[in-house]
Amino acid sequence: MARHASDADFRTKLQEWIPKLVLSPSIALMLVFVYGFILFTIYLSFTSSRMLPKYDLIGFDNYARLWGLSAWWTAVTNLAIFASLYIFICTAIGLTLAILLDQKIRGEGMLRPIYLYPMALSFIVTGTAWKWFLDPGIGLENTMHLWGWDSFSFGWIKDRNMAIYTIVIAAVWQTSGFVMAMFLAGLRGIDNEILKAAQIDGASNWSLYRRIVIPMLRPAFLSAFVILAHLAVKSYDLVIALTGGGPGRATELPATFMYSYTFTRNQMGTGAASAVIMLMTIAAIMMPYLYAELKEKK
Amino acid sequence: MNFRHLTTSAALIALMAGTAHSDDVEVLHWWTSGGEAAALNVLKDNLAGQDIGWVDMPVAGGGGESAMTTLRARVTAGNAPTAVQMLGFDIIDWANEDVLGNLNSVATSEGWDDVVPEALQFFSKHDGNWIAAPVNVHSTNWVWINKAALDKTGLSQPTSWDELVAVLDAMKANGITPLAHGGQAWQDATIFDAVVLSLGDDFYKSSMIDLNTDALGGATMVEAFERMGTLRGYVDDNFSGRDWNLASAMVINGEAGMQMMGDWAKGEFLRADQTPGEDFVCIRFPGTQGAVTFNSDQFVMFDVENGQDAQLAMASAVMDPVFQSAFNVVKGSVPARTDVPNTAFDACGQKGMADLADAGGKGRLFGSMAHGHSVPASVKNAIYDVVTAHFNGEYDAKTAAEELVNAVESAQ
Amino acid sequence: MSIATQDTDVNTGKIARTFIYLVLLVFALFYLLPFFVMVVNSLKPLDEITGGNMMALPDKWTIQPWLSAWSSAQIGVEPTGLKPYFVNSILMVVPAVAISTFLGALNGYVLTKWRFKGDTILFGLLLFSCFIPFQIVLIPMATILGKIGLAGSIPGLVLVHVVYGVGFTTLYYRNYYAAFPTELVRAAMMDGAGFFRIFWRIMLPVSGPITVVSVIWQFTNVWNDFLFGASFGGQSQPMTVALNNLVQSSTGVKEYNVHFAGAILAALPTLLVYIVAGRYFVRGLMAGSVKG
Repeated sequence: MARHASDADFRTKLQEWIPKLVLSPSIALMLVFVYGFILFTIYLSFTSSRMLPKYDLIGFDNYARLWGLSAWWTAVTNLAIFASLYIFICTAIGLTLAILLDQKIRGEGMLRPIYLYPMALSFIVTGTAWKWFLDPGIGLENTMHLWGWDSFSFGWIKDRNMAIYTIVIAAVWQTSGFVMAMFLAGLRGIDNEILKAAQIDGASNWSLYRRIVIPMLRPAFLSAFVILAHLAVKSYDLVIALTGGGPGRATELPATFMYSYTFTRNQMGTGAASAVIMLMTIAAIMMPYLYAELKEKK
Repeated sequence: MNFRHLTTSAALIALMAGTAHSDDVEVLHWWTSGGEAAALNVLKDNLAGQDIGWVDMPVAGGGGESAMTTLRARVTAGNAPTAVQMLGFDIIDWANEDVLGNLNSVATSEGWDDVVPEALQFFSKHDGNWIAAPVNVHSTNWVWINKAALDKTGLSQPTSWDELVAVLDAMKANGITPLAHGGQAWQDATIFDAVVLSLGDDFYKSSMIDLNTDALGGATMVEAFERMGTLRGYVDDNFSGRDWNLASAMVINGEAGMQMMGDWAKGEFLRADQTPGEDFVCIRFPGTQGAVTFNSDQFVMFDVENGQDAQLAMASAVMDPVFQSAFNVVKGSVPARTDVPNTAFDACGQKGMADLADAGGKGRLFGSMAHGHSVPASVKNAIYDVVTAHFNGEYDAKTAAEELVNAVESAQ
Repeated sequence: MSIATQDTDVNTGKIARTFIYLVLLVFALFYLLPFFVMVVNSLKPLDEITGGNMMALPDKWTIQPWLSAWSSAQIGVEPTGLKPYFVNSILMVVPAVAISTFLGALNGYVLTKWRFKGDTILFGLLLFSCFIPFQIVLIPMATILGKIGLAGSIPGLVLVHVVYGVGFTTLYYRNYYAAFPTELVRAAMMDGAGFFRIFWRIMLPVSGPITVVSVIWQFTNVWNDFLFGASFGGQSQPMTVALNNLVQSSTGVKEYNVHFAGAILAALPTLLVYIVAGRYFVRGLMAGSVKG
């Protein structure tokens, strides 16, 4: 009897432990490969590492040097311009397309993959195509000239004040379809009865969307914002492929800055310092979201 | 195959007699274009003849930047490749990390000290030990001119700054783009190298090699930037981000008059079936005749656990005059060793070899700043930043010289 | 179509509908244009590209660039084309996607149906890990891969991609399973079903839509990765590294038509996944991630 009971006890215990055991490999991997590495980077940012990691502490020198570099300021300013435009335009286009696609459109099955496919392409592909397309000598401008529109001019990618906007264009092209899919999913998840009721009440299309539909898309907005924000902060590949950070260093972003200081300029300490600033930025964006996300579930 | 090579091979065979089975060499490089790869195959086949396998590890992009990132990951992971294509100060930086091999045995038996110019040995040796086998020497202060466009100006090949400006003006008047250029930092810096050198050997040495503050921020540097500004006036509007080979193409098809670029540009002309002296002319940047700024690709040998014999055999094969000739004919550069016969080279190549030997003998052979052979990567990139910013109109000449001092200081 | 009945459609007039179609078509053009340019130019001989109009259809159609990119273009010292690297990518992407998706499903199941004290904090930590910039992990990752002997191998690459993918997959599955009635799980437990039994019999069978989302996401990210492939691939370099070698070769003639053909070849698997599974994608998103 007693033996039987302890057996059952053991089984309940086991049932209690299994979930934690199942979760533990992922947690262990994450603690080492994410948080361990973050600590390592923070440590590096206080050392004089150049080529390979060194372990002598030099205080805040790297941070002082970082904020004294005009290129870093350019990178930070560019990120502010890029991120705000990118997030805003992607959201606007994504929402518009989703609402329009949601109007019983014939051929939706054709259009959706067309909007979505850029997300499937790697940066080398996207970069090569857009670099070509935007180059005044061989791309759009040249084509327009060949077609007889001689006054047409579109040389943003060569203009150091405008080049950052070409990166916005290419980035919007790549991800706005994905945002569209998220909003479309949100729209499809709304209960039609609510809308019908509102329509019967005589609400116009415009106010229907403004007052009822869009507020109900709040979770989709939140998800879209987080995904876009982190893509903006991590944007590296596209810049390298499209402009290489040029003309001059006009399109430098924090991610390209960090890479070049760590790997090509052999100033790993300064690179690590910029990485820490980036991580803090990401954390500042993410924390409110995480908090909201997790509180909701209690 | 000459006699020296035979003896070397014999020595090597003796050296390797102890090993029953020779190992492979793993080679990290960024020579992935058709011609370069064909040239590397000469090396590969040579090694295959000695029963040494070639494990290829190409990582192209950014003039070796991607390859250097890969290398760092490999070294950190503790499995460095056998040999790595590398340039200039990167070699010194790696040597300081104490991760390189030692080639003294083969270097001594083959007498590398006598055939490699001293300016190159500065990079190939560390603490008196050979660590790398130099493949080639590129000289970077060349100007490639479309012969027809030059003839049309009625002027002769320019030999001074003023003559150069006159030719450029005449080309402009003839309705072509005088200067074909690609607006990428390293290309801007390549021209900058030549401009600085044209203001005197001493000025180049004190500013670009010794990083003397007075030279970096002085009146001569302001003049250098003013010359850069003048050259900027002869470039078309669409230059930014253009690949250098597209700029070469502009000269080849007569759309542009000239290009200031290292000797690798020659390959583009030859592939377009152009003949040196007839369709295009190669001159030193006006005012730099007799001096040479160079960069040199070297195979740096890492400290590997197994396969030292294969590594030594590869180093020896790299220094084989047959390979040095075959490779450099294709690549447009000149052999790193000075005793290679020039018979296989074209007119520009022969001129390059003669210039190199001459400049080397007279102490007028300088490492190129733009190509990482005069200062470490951090300083080089800091100089790039200023040169490019000025070339794109962000600074005037005076501000640029001031910024140059600041940039160099903060990078050191 | 079952989806169509869920449309949030509103009353629209004929003019408005025409306008809607017009806008949708203009955007379709915007998305298709760069791809059109690539396809058209990959079918031209080289001289037509350097001398001519980017948008024009080829005067002389040729599939030579495609053949060359696939099997004979120079990648390093060997003229192998992209073919052998394609295999490497497949060998890497299949286990990486399978393992990270499976782990994500298990994690999501635990985090929603087997809650324990502190689970939200663990989830928060997992979620934040999605946002780490990959460049900073390069050096420490290389050290660890070297220590455990996985550097320069496909298993090493799989490990890396699983580590940095599992945060996303967990997020997807957690949000999806959160909407699944917990009562059903409770009932099954009453009946004596254990942890894994419930997972196999109850959770997995309904996980189709979110699995599509997770697989698409992971497949795209892993397939398109360049940084890890170049750093940790060793002799098993994936397709993206080979493509980079093809398009970035430092000197010599740039065969743009071959580059474009290679670029499209490298993108084909992901394009295929999007087109085939795309219709389930929105459904999966609907059921999962955007509901918060």
